[in-house]
Amino acid sequence: MELNSKIPTGPLAEKWTKYKAEQKLVNPANKRKLDIIVVGTGLAGASAAASFGEMGFNVKVFCIQDSPRRAHSIAAQGGINAAKNYANDGDSIQRLFVDTIKGGDYRAREANVYRLAEVSNNIIDQCVAQGVPFARDYSGLLANRSFGGAQVSRTFYAKGQTGQQLLLGAYGALSKEIERGTVKMYARREMMDVVIVDGRARGIIVRNLVTGELERYSAHAVVIATGGYGRVFFLSTNAMSSNGSAAWQCYKKGAFMANPCFTQIHPTCIPVHGDYQSKLTLMSESLRNDGRIWVPKDAEKARLLREGKIKATDIPEEERDYYLERRYPAFGNLVPRDVASRAAKERCDAGYGVNNTGRAVYLDFKEAIQRLGKQAVEEKYGNLFEMYERIVDENPYVTPMMIYPAVHYTMGGLWVDYELQTTVKGLFAAGEANFSDHGANRLGASALMQGLSDGYFVLPYTMQNYLADQINEPHISTDLPEFVEAEDAVNKKITRILSINGDVTTDSIHRRLGRVMWEKVGMTRTEQGLKEAIEEIKALREEFWQRVKVPNTEGMNNELEKALRVADFLEMGELIARDALMRNESCGGHFRAEYQTPDGEALRDDEHYAFVAAYEYQGADNEPVLHKEELKFENVELKQRNYK
Amino acid sequence: MNIKLKIWRQKNASAKGHFVEYQLNDVPAEASFLEMLDILNEQLVLKGDDPVTFDHDCREGICGACGLYINGHPHGKFKNTTTCQLHMRKFKDGDTITVEPWRSEAFPIIKDLMVDRSALDKLIQAGGYISVHTGGVPDANAIPVNKHKADLAMDAASCIGCGACVAACKNGSAMLFVGAKVSQFALLPQGEVEADDRVQKMVARMDALGFGSCSNTYACQAECPKGISVSNIARMNRNYFAAKIKK
Repeated sequence: MELNSKIPTGPLAEKWTKYKAEQKLVNPANKRKLDIIVVGTGLAGASAAASFGEMGFNVKVFCIQDSPRRAHSIAAQGGINAAKNYANDGDSIQRLFVDTIKGGDYRAREANVYRLAEVSNNIIDQCVAQGVPFARDYSGLLANRSFGGAQVSRTFYAKGQTGQQLLLGAYGALSKEIERGTVKMYARREMMDVVIVDGRARGIIVRNLVTGELERYSAHAVVIATGGYGRVFFLSTNAMSSNGSAAWQCYKKGAFMANPCFTQIHPTCIPVHGDYQSKLTLMSESLRNDGRIWVPKDAEKARLLREGKIKATDIPEEERDYYLERRYPAFGNLVPRDVASRAAKERCDAGYGVNNTGRAVYLDFKEAIQRLGKQAVEEKYGNLFEMYERIVDENPYVTPMMIYPAVHYTMGGLWVDYELQTTVKGLFAAGEANFSDHGANRLGASALMQGLSDGYFVLPYTMQNYLADQINEPHISTDLPEFVEAEDAVNKKITRILSINGDVTTDSIHRRLGRVMWEKVGMTRTEQGLKEAIEEIKALREEFWQRVKVPNTEGMNNELEKALRVADFLEMGELIARDALMRNESCGGHFRAEYQTPDGEALRDDEHYAFVAAYEYQGADNEPVLHKEELKFENVELKQRNYK
Repeated sequence: MNIKLKIWRQKNASAKGHFVEYQLNDVPAEASFLEMLDILNEQLVLKGDDPVTFDHDCREGICGACGLYINGHPHGKFKNTTTCQLHMRKFKDGDTITVEPWRSEAFPIIKDLMVDRSALDKLIQAGGYISVHTGGVPDANAIPVNKHKADLAMDAASCIGCGACVAACKNGSAMLFVGAKVSQFALLPQGEVEADDRVQKMVARMDALGFGSCSNTYACQAECPKGISVSNIARMNRNYFAAKIKK
């Protein structure tokens, strides 16, 4: 099958305008006859569902939590980018586009990224109109801050709770449509499978998490907005219910999975402290605006710090190694995430790490507090400092924070074309669930931008273009054999898991999978490590299907929910490792130790790997087939990323 | 540390619930309260018992999913702390900890410690938004907003919708939850257009859903993990009566 990205012809800056001018429309009377399913209520899902509802479609929206407002977009802290140039520092759509392409290490599609930069300004307008309380200055106008990977201030924020406020904005829009009756909300439902009829996505099978019953829902099109698969690493900054299963079922039903090995490790998380730990907490990257990252220059001092014999504040200024400022004078502490993460790991591996584990570096606000005053620092970062103190039991106004990288975001996801449609007709993917805009590395404050861009400003157009051909199709019956078959298959899978009744818990296997992923498929990957990982994951998968113990409880059964997701993670982990092994280069979040410059930077191979790797499922016992979508760069020059 | 847990177990909405005691040993002091429950649940699963069901998701204090009544307080007795941000170091070795679900007429129990808070969604659906459509809105900087008011709106908007205020209230009132949303929009010029309608619709929905009325004990403010102020209730009452008079 040939991958067709359906990028409109014409100059880059005019492609989206041209698309919108030429796309097909659906008249209001026909919209009422068409059903759309949206799975997930984060920024992408909620904004898409609300917009479809406003347009007049019948929308069914599903979320795994008890309320759409709990989707994990809520936890994004730092901000959202837009090319408004309110700061008068030379920003433009073109610059946001170039920064995003470059930040993604030239592994994203130019046309998609340009469109993202283009609609970024609409997003800010939309959110302000919805009453999102963005930070403002005394003039009453919007305030901006700078973020990693950019030399301009283009990030809009609402304290350290930007994701929360944007999501509540979208949730408000969704609630408005629920009240109007255009959107029907189904909470505490988890998608178990997608139903395909005559080559088109026509519905989903969900598990009602309260009753335990399977339910069937049909529609003319299905949107997957279920986020990323970061929890394959067990420990991550994702929420406990975040999972990749919905997208994974789509993959197994024929949608291609793209660039699975592009996973992002975020540099500023609170370090790991114990085995029982269930998740890691992110400290917004915005902290790098004012915080300075360092480790001791002397490894002996680092050892004393680890043993608790001296404190960070005992290390005088001249004995501190501000290694990011030293290595990257132009960007300093604001280098992109992958660069900052690897640099932290490099220092720790070399024996300069702190905390009792040796797996932490300092993020120090001493200079910022002296320069701006404690009150100004508190105004900007107060809630983050509070959160840190709560978890670590240390006051970051006095003692430097400790941070370490953690899995945070997955750039890979379902392959989609310019219309955000997967390789299955009528099956769309939005937000983190698709692969489209961030290449091999996502810049800070770009996830919120992409989620809302997809939901508010892209899907409402492209969905119409698809549905215009479906107006003669009546409501789809859920009694079709394809629905029966899909439900039966899910039932069988559940029965099989429940019947194992073994002697290990789902969590214990998940934890072990996470360890393999982190050590061998994490920040630094090697050919040998990846090969080992593939075998180890296979073995773990077998063990899971022989030894897992899941209580056979009627109705609500959290353990079964976890087991179903972990069964999928055990397959995803392998594909991630395979993709990483295939990609014999380093780019963005994918760092292969064999491919680096003499000074340890990622070494791309544009001649052989400037493509999107899209995998086609071939059944449980066969390796997937790799399809390549060549990336053409006509508007930016491919360069070695250089933040020095 | 070793602790004794008294946990409310209830099979489903219609079953009769009761407390069950569990002894849990070697709990790490750095573990969060929910991680402590994970440890308990892993032991229960291996023993073939039904693990304790509770709502939780982000585990960083922002999604509002978790909410346990711990030793008589929603989210425990510590100020500005959600259940997921409560750490075991705050307890002592040998402590007995009582864990119950939110208990309120508007929040029926689903199972064990998990309750149905969909009434909060229905409150928002009544009008907790600005009715703009996607697209066709003015430039974000077209309407300046007084910074002080914008900051107050942000404080009100910090509500995570966990329902602790309702659970804490002897009347099961949702005044703090609704007051915060009404205030957020009443403070912003964008929200002013619909302010009169909004407050009346949301108050009417609150009554219809079986939430109690406010008797100014301020238990909601004391227990709110996000420190939402009761001044939002006062602002809502003011707006509510002003809207009535205008009518």
